[in-house]
Amino acid sequence: MEDRRTLLQAVLALLAGGVAAWWLPQVLELFAIINATVYVAMALLALSLALVWGFGGILCFGQAAFFGLGGYAYAVAALNLPDTTYAIPIALGVPMLAAAALGYVMFYGKVSDVYMGVITLTVTLILFNFINSTAGEEWRIGAAPLGGFNGIPSTPPLNMPGDPGTALTPEQIFVIAVACLAGCYAACKLILRSHFGRVVTAIRENELRAALLGYNVRLHKLAIFAIGGLMAGLAGMLFANCVFVSPTMFSLAYSGQVIIWVMVGGVGTLLGPIIGAMLLQALTAWAGTLPEVNPNLILGLVLVVAVLAIPRGLQPTMATLLRRRAP
Amino acid sequence: MTALLATEGLTMRFGGVVAVDNVSLAVSERELRCLIGPNGAGKSTFFRCLTGQYRPTAGRILWRGRDITGLEPHAIARLGIGIKTQVPSLFDGLTAIEGVTLAVRRKHGEREARRRAMAALERLGIGALSGALVGLLAHGQRQLVELATVVAPEPDLIILDEPTAGMSAEETAGTAALIREMNRDHAVIVVEHDMQFIRAIASGITVFHQGRVLVEDCAAKVLADPRVHDVYLGRPPTPQVVVPA
Repeated sequence: MEDRRTLLQAVLALLAGGVAAWWLPQVLELFAIINATVYVAMALLALSLALVWGFGGILCFGQAAFFGLGGYAYAVAALNLPDTTYAIPIALGVPMLAAAALGYVMFYGKVSDVYMGVITLTVTLILFNFINSTAGEEWRIGAAPLGGFNGIPSTPPLNMPGDPGTALTPEQIFVIAVACLAGCYAACKLILRSHFGRVVTAIRENELRAALLGYNVRLHKLAIFAIGGLMAGLAGMLFANCVFVSPTMFSLAYSGQVIIWVMVGGVGTLLGPIIGAMLLQALTAWAGTLPEVNPNLILGLVLVVAVLAIPRGLQPTMATLLRRRAP
Repeated sequence: MTALLATEGLTMRFGGVVAVDNVSLAVSERELRCLIGPNGAGKSTFFRCLTGQYRPTAGRILWRGRDITGLEPHAIARLGIGIKTQVPSLFDGLTAIEGVTLAVRRKHGEREARRRAMAALERLGIGALSGALVGLLAHGQRQLVELATVVAPEPDLIILDEPTAGMSAEETAGTAALIREMNRDHAVIVVEHDMQFIRAIASGITVFHQGRVLVEDCAAKVLADPRVHDVYLGRPPTPQVVVPA
């Protein structure tokens, strides 16, 4: 019964993604489509943290590190390879391996939860500062200049697989982004229903008990952290395809925002952080148009209100309200 | 004959404090052994060394003759050792059946694991609580759910740290009967200080005092030993002379 429900939710997510990918490019203008792709990429970043934090119990303050690494790995690979399609596995592999390496140090080094937050935050800030200081001509990887504070504005978009001369249009990239988000959501649902996913959730509930039942706690945490890194890298690659890569991808602002999106959406849910990311981005963008208001102030205010009014987050609160209303 | 579980000169120091001091102990197949002692005697530290939560400072732990000193808790559990902690260690966000199923799922498929989990809950008399969220259960019920979690995978050795803590008298008597029943198929080590419970399960007893083994013998002899009375039970009251009216 539960398995059927999960399968149904996964299919529904794919269907919803299909409808959005088909309908929105017909009604939105080019600028709005590019903006919508950014929203989808950010929602995917939120989904990656929702999995790692909400289900793995790992509060990663530096999810933006893997987001940035995915973007930069894609940009560097795309500038060096004849076909940007080949840059995709590199854009996914680099952040996943980075997450695995960082996770190995943290989980096998018996780092406690608080220090884990500090370490992940520090790593992203180190990357931010490092990338910022790569403005010189000597800082290039093959044909790709790292560009320091300016980033890599010449990041080429994805092309038709096997046809490097035909770059994908923003509408096509939007469709790919939506497909990636729906696919990752469905994959997360299936992962969490699997035995591996249940063990990960059990570890979040009680690490000692999971270990005393014979489950390798560190290995499971490492695996879910690496999967989260891969998803954040995919988000970074999509972002690089609609904007361009720059050190701000590693910034404290992104790391902080993604935590707020997940908190407002609902820690321990998957759909909530996606909705939270989209809503709060729309709100921040709107606040940015007001000359007398600082968007970060609005975001902080939303977080305070959300924590006080809906401490469990949007999705669980909405679900409870709907259940109460049901006959 | 090789012991199922043995320790040789096991020592655990915390700075200058020697919590477990050169303890050698052997438990054979299907033996029921109680570890007793006053507070601070080193029982729980010894338990944590056995279960991999502490790495002993010196000495060895042997499982069927194989040195397992320093293994991680999950590796020790995989040997076939079921472990119950003093404070119920459970998955509060899962239902009782989900938690117990996880205990069995490592060895069996989903359907078989669920069947075995249900059987374990019914064996403990809490089948009706299978769908209840563990975090919402009363303390005694939580103890029973944890016992079901430990028993369900049918380990070769079960180590229980104060299994009756916080239980009602009725639940304690039921747990004593259950431990005797478990002992038919499994070796059991019980760390306890409830003497009524120890008498009820009447087994081999090892008495800890100041990190060392003070006495080791059958229940009747240990409970009659004056040294045990001195350090643990206290001197029996002097018989009062009743003056006839």
